[in-house]
Amino acid sequence: MARSKNLAKWLISGPPLLYLIFFFAIPTAMMAFAAFRFPGDYGGLMPLFGADPATGKNVLLVNSHNWHDYLTLDNFARFFQEAVYIELFIKSFGYALLTTLLCLLASYPLAWLIARSPKKWRDLLVLLVILPFWSNFLIRVYAWMIILGPQGYFAKLVNTVLGVVGIAPQQFLFTPFAVIIVLVYVHLPFMVLPLYANLEKHDMALLDAAQDLGASRWQRFWKVTWPLSLPGVYAGAALVFIPALGIFAVPDLVGGTDGIMIGNLIKQQFLDSRDWPFGSVLSIMLTLSVLIMAGLMAMLGRGGKRNAL
Amino acid sequence: MALLEIRDVVKRFGDFTAVNHVSLSVEAGEFFTLLGPSGCGKTTLLRMLAGFEEPDEGQLLLDGQPLNGVPPEKRPVHTVFQSYALFPHMTVEHNVAFPLKMAKVPADQIKARVAEVLEDVRLTQFARRFPHELSGGQRQRVAIARALVNRPRVLLLDEPLSALDAKLREQMQLELINLQKEVGITFIYVTHDQGEALALSHRIAVMSQGQVEQLDAPENIYSYPKSRFVADFIGQCNLLDATITEIAADRMKVEIPGVGTAEVLPVAGATVGQQGTLTLRPEKIKLGATLPANVPDEIHFKGKVHDCLYLGDVTVYIVELENGTRIETMLPNAAPGRARFFDDNDQVELAWRFDAGHFLLA
Repeated sequence: MARSKNLAKWLISGPPLLYLIFFFAIPTAMMAFAAFRFPGDYGGLMPLFGADPATGKNVLLVNSHNWHDYLTLDNFARFFQEAVYIELFIKSFGYALLTTLLCLLASYPLAWLIARSPKKWRDLLVLLVILPFWSNFLIRVYAWMIILGPQGYFAKLVNTVLGVVGIAPQQFLFTPFAVIIVLVYVHLPFMVLPLYANLEKHDMALLDAAQDLGASRWQRFWKVTWPLSLPGVYAGAALVFIPALGIFAVPDLVGGTDGIMIGNLIKQQFLDSRDWPFGSVLSIMLTLSVLIMAGLMAMLGRGGKRNAL
Repeated sequence: MALLEIRDVVKRFGDFTAVNHVSLSVEAGEFFTLLGPSGCGKTTLLRMLAGFEEPDEGQLLLDGQPLNGVPPEKRPVHTVFQSYALFPHMTVEHNVAFPLKMAKVPADQIKARVAEVLEDVRLTQFARRFPHELSGGQRQRVAIARALVNRPRVLLLDEPLSALDAKLREQMQLELINLQKEVGITFIYVTHDQGEALALSHRIAVMSQGQVEQLDAPENIYSYPKSRFVADFIGQCNLLDATITEIAADRMKVEIPGVGTAEVLPVAGATVGQQGTLTLRPEKIKLGATLPANVPDEIHFKGKVHDCLYLGDVTVYIVELENGTRIETMLPNAAPGRARFFDDNDQVELAWRFDAGHFLLA
């Protein structure tokens, strides 16, 4: 009995466990290890296996005497010594945070309206939210390049208005502004969907009760709807913030030189400079900082729930 | 002056008239019940008092001041919702403090008043619990405490006991009566449960199809229903169609087709030949294997038991008279060890006093 129960447990949790080990744990460990190695002569990593000069056989080259020729902390030192990397980290966090905030501001009313609309329309409205996913990501970003470009309607319209108040025409494409706009656009559905899933379940009687007990419209929102929607807000924020932090395609295409983010630097290390160890250091630091942030947020979320009057 | 006055109020939803020209007034300190089957308009009337619906016609007055157009958050009227609608993200004390915070009561007073009302509903030791950590009866008491803490002029209760099991419901009824006496706030209570209405109320308005059928004290509603609907809806009742044949000063004679002549108390405005209904409560009918005939003031019939319903404390007997008319009656199973007195098809005799029933003019 106990054995068959154990077996069932393994049969159920085994496959996802294997999946996580092969596609998450092992690659992450490989990357973490790469961060301590030297780059190879022609990119990649300096090999740990190779032909023994004496015998010509393939052997493990690293041993207890020569390990410092193969393993190093220099890659980490480089990250902390040059301010430009930390600055780029801070800037990327700022972009991702701003993107998350703007996504939340844009999505909350939308998700709320969908959740409050007649039941027969809701599925259609949700479908409209995810409809952009049906076209290619790059095509959508290229569309924004046309919209934001000097000949696009957006630039023309804004520059006409600016002209009236006497401000010189501005460039929008290839600026941090373009990066933020496109990041918000790309991630919007990831915020709308968890918010909608949460708001749709809210019990309307609670709002009636709050109103009955003297709460104004504003108080009903901040005392009832908002705190009850926080799980949706957290889920949406995580789904937007984390991918936005690591993205490189959007800043690559619309960011110009000012708009690059940490993802561009990592991509550059792996594909252009072919410095895998330093690219790994940047990736590890990014993962660590996200983990620390998530931990802090979880701690903040837990505190002060059963607080006294 | 009445505390609350409802003047000729009408509410329509599309083609459906939910509340149809209702007028009534409720006195300060009263436990007033709106009773009726679902769809009779009682909940719509309550929602208009709370402010969630606006009447299409008529006026609502509280202390002589019109309530029409005043939004729910501005009315000194609080509601206990059927689903309780407790805020799930707040502890019991924060739920109860909510209306005080909305009313901008100073923080030190909030604490004292929350503690006081939690003591009234015996929930002091549950102050730090969340609603999902409470039983149904406890949640109910939180909802009542939350609605009472700000001392509303009127407390509206929308079928507050319907989610509780029978045992707990009875206990909560007693608590509600005591609580209302203690706080002295006017309660307006909506229910479809006639037993609850009779047990709790000072006065009951029986509603049907958007109108008040009868408004009176529970004992009058039960003993002297004004219409067939009220007689039928409140408790069990035999309804016998009859025609008036003779009217004297202290009683009238009516002819019940197929049953015979019966004497009843006279009714104001009755004339000979008028049609009507004799309403007769089962517990007011005597039942026995043999009953003495020719007792003064008594009407006497023979029949046989058609059906028995054993209810534990009493057994209900459906007796078929010789001509086929069925009359419901009951006997308490008071004798020790006694489960029931008769079985199906037993020959029995029925009798009732002339003033046991109540004659309704058609």
